[in-house]
Amino acid sequence: MSQRIIVRAVELVGSGAGGKGSTDILIADGVIAELGSRLSDAKATVIDADGLIALPGLVDLHTHLREPGFERSETVLSGSRAAAIGGFTAVHAMANTNPVADTVSVVEHVMSLGDSAGYVTVRPVGAVTVGLGGVRLAEIGAMARSRAKVRVFSDDGKCVSDAQLMRRALEYVATFGGVVAQHAQEPRLTEGAQMNEGRVSGELGLEGWPSVAEEAIIARDVLLAEFVGARLHVCHVSTAGSVDVVRWAKARGIPVTAEVTPHHLLLTEELASGYDANFKVNPPLRRSEDVAALRAGLADGTIDVIATDHAPHPQEVKDCAWADAAFGMVGLESALSVVQAALVDTEVLAWTDIARVLSSMPARIGHVEGYDRGIAAGAPAELTLVDPAARRDFEVGDLRGESVNSPFVGLRLPGRVMATIHAGNPTVLDGELVAAERVAAAATKSEGRGRG
Amino acid sequence: MKHLVSTKSISRDEAIDILDVAEDMSDVAGREVPRLPALRGKTIVNLFYEDSTRTKISFEVAAKRLSADVITFSAKGSSVSKGESLKDTAQTLAAMGADAVIVRHPASGAAEVLARSSWIDAKILNAGDGTHEHPTQALLDAFTIRRRLHGDHARGHGLDGCRVTIVGDIEHSRVARSNVWLLTTLGAHVTLVAPATLLPPSVRAWPVEVAFDLDHALAAGPDVVMMLRIQAERMHESFFPTEREYSTHWGLDDVRMRRLPGNTLVMHPGPMNRGLEISSGAADSPMSTVREQVANGVSVRMAALYLLLIGNEAEVA
Ligand SMILES: [Zn+2]
Ligand SMILES: [Zn+2]
Repeated sequence: MSQRIIVRAVELVGSGAGGKGSTDILIADGVIAELGSRLSDAKATVIDADGLIALPGLVDLHTHLREPGFERSETVLSGSRAAAIGGFTAVHAMANTNPVADTVSVVEHVMSLGDSAGYVTVRPVGAVTVGLGGVRLAEIGAMARSRAKVRVFSDDGKCVSDAQLMRRALEYVATFGGVVAQHAQEPRLTEGAQMNEGRVSGELGLEGWPSVAEEAIIARDVLLAEFVGARLHVCHVSTAGSVDVVRWAKARGIPVTAEVTPHHLLLTEELASGYDANFKVNPPLRRSEDVAALRAGLADGTIDVIATDHAPHPQEVKDCAWADAAFGMVGLESALSVVQAALVDTEVLAWTDIARVLSSMPARIGHVEGYDRGIAAGAPAELTLVDPAARRDFEVGDLRGESVNSPFVGLRLPGRVMATIHAGNPTVLDGELVAAERVAAAATKSEGRGRG
Repeated sequence: MKHLVSTKSISRDEAIDILDVAEDMSDVAGREVPRLPALRGKTIVNLFYEDSTRTKISFEVAAKRLSADVITFSAKGSSVSKGESLKDTAQTLAAMGADAVIVRHPASGAAEVLARSSWIDAKILNAGDGTHEHPTQALLDAFTIRRRLHGDHARGHGLDGCRVTIVGDIEHSRVARSNVWLLTTLGAHVTLVAPATLLPPSVRAWPVEVAFDLDHALAAGPDVVMMLRIQAERMHESFFPTEREYSTHWGLDDVRMRRLPGNTLVMHPGPMNRGLEISSGAADSPMSTVREQVANGVSVRMAALYLLLIGNEAEVA
């Protein structure tokens, strides 16, 4: 009973097949059944993809879905819709919910909410320490062996700053084949910090957030990872110095991966000058030199993935004085457009690289199955059709989550996701979300098929 | 002027205009009935989220001398600072028909947020926001310096060539920031003196000279020495080790005072920590402008309110 879809005349990206020109894709039973030209299937729905490019479904390694506990900011359903409209087919839900995702019941609950919403695969991230308290390890083994099969563990929002605890966490998580994703922020160096420490913070009288607070933790952690022989993932790298440290670590053979957010690839600290708290984020926006270094780090492979750090907040914690405002920006809906503006249109990366940093690499780090082959016959049907020639003035109306704290509102951005297909079912068609009931119903059927 | 939020955005002509109007206002203060009808019927709200009796009273007196209706709203410790947001308060004041809001807030940028928001369209006058700016303090400092330099012929003058040395906790001082931008705009040469811990990041990018050694800086013979209030709490955050060490290195004590030429101006925005950043001898000496600064504060604030509320209309008419 699954959907059959023909994507007509799309340009493939990340297929490894090389070659230009357009291809048809036949999707059936949740997998890519066939690639070819002038495919036909009487029962198939046809998506006219002339002028569009096909990317493998995007995978976000760093999303805050806020449920349970902060449903006024986002729910698993609303965040999944924001993800789908942004071209994502899988997201990793960070653990800083209430209750914290530090037990089997919370991670399984979050996964089930994602499954029933059906827009994307929701992969829960487990907390490293109980309650993100930074004192005792959470039940990492239990979460790893749960139905949710957690593989990424993070206290994100807080840094695992205790060196001994970090050492243990790296070793213990490695025991279960997972990875610790560190939010690198030395707590004492950032007490009360509000924005990047430098020229702008000095003028604005806002407490500075020194780059060294990030770099010192990354330097310590790569050395710990080397010493204990465990894998480390560094969340949202934001400074030129951090890129240097990670580059050095990789050259030394240390098993470290790093992510960067779309906003750190495009925006700079000057945006704080009007004290508009929509530009307040952790880690803070940095200098243009940092932006350049982050782009170069992606280009030379020092930085492995782009992850959104989608962090929804209700309006009242942004509509206030800067110091009173919450940290964070929503980013799922705008991510691909921002990445196109920062990297593709500037010729830093090609679309095949985008497929790597936004799909296959984050999937590999997060152990999300089925993304290693890209768009190929037999691979799960997870894909995103993008119109790279589109241009739009990004508006609040382009957001689909519960929250509107986007720093990109009012910017003219390139590219637009026209269709997203997850597990063989469309979640976005003609640039708009497929209705929640239809997506949920299709997801239930697919799940039945999976079990059957 | 649309709002008065910072001195960074004030041009030289605007600054001189404010100072000249302040001269007129200061003449009013000398009259038998020191009051003008200029702002009759206007409602001015003093919105203070931080304690500051001195600044609050200075603005109150200024507004009353211009015949405005003044509402003082001490938000500190009340429900306002706890639950009610800046937005709610602003909307309430807008509904009350406030024409101008004088705001003092512990968060940097609070005045700017109010000025940019759609919550209220009253004129916003920044009476100190966090560690960002305190523009009327800088204006009254500039006014005081200009008067000492030019006496009754101050109108129209800038502070060209005047050498001002500002000493103390620059990093946490809104007074220092406002003075740096305003005094340099008016043509003064500014030197900042502090231990490196109390200098803002990238201070080298500011249009000032920076020095660590106070004796060295004083030996250069500045026209003005401005001492900033040092908060003893900074000691516990390791910005400096002890009060004694701070005072020894960066305090204006009697010995340093004696070495200064008699025509040097000694300024302090108050409140002073006598014996810490400034000795009593220095504070009370004829070279000190501390009490003039208080008196001039009223004139400068009258000028700011006047220009904000009717200055532009008057120019058009
Ligand atoms: Zn984080
Ligand atoms: Zn995060």
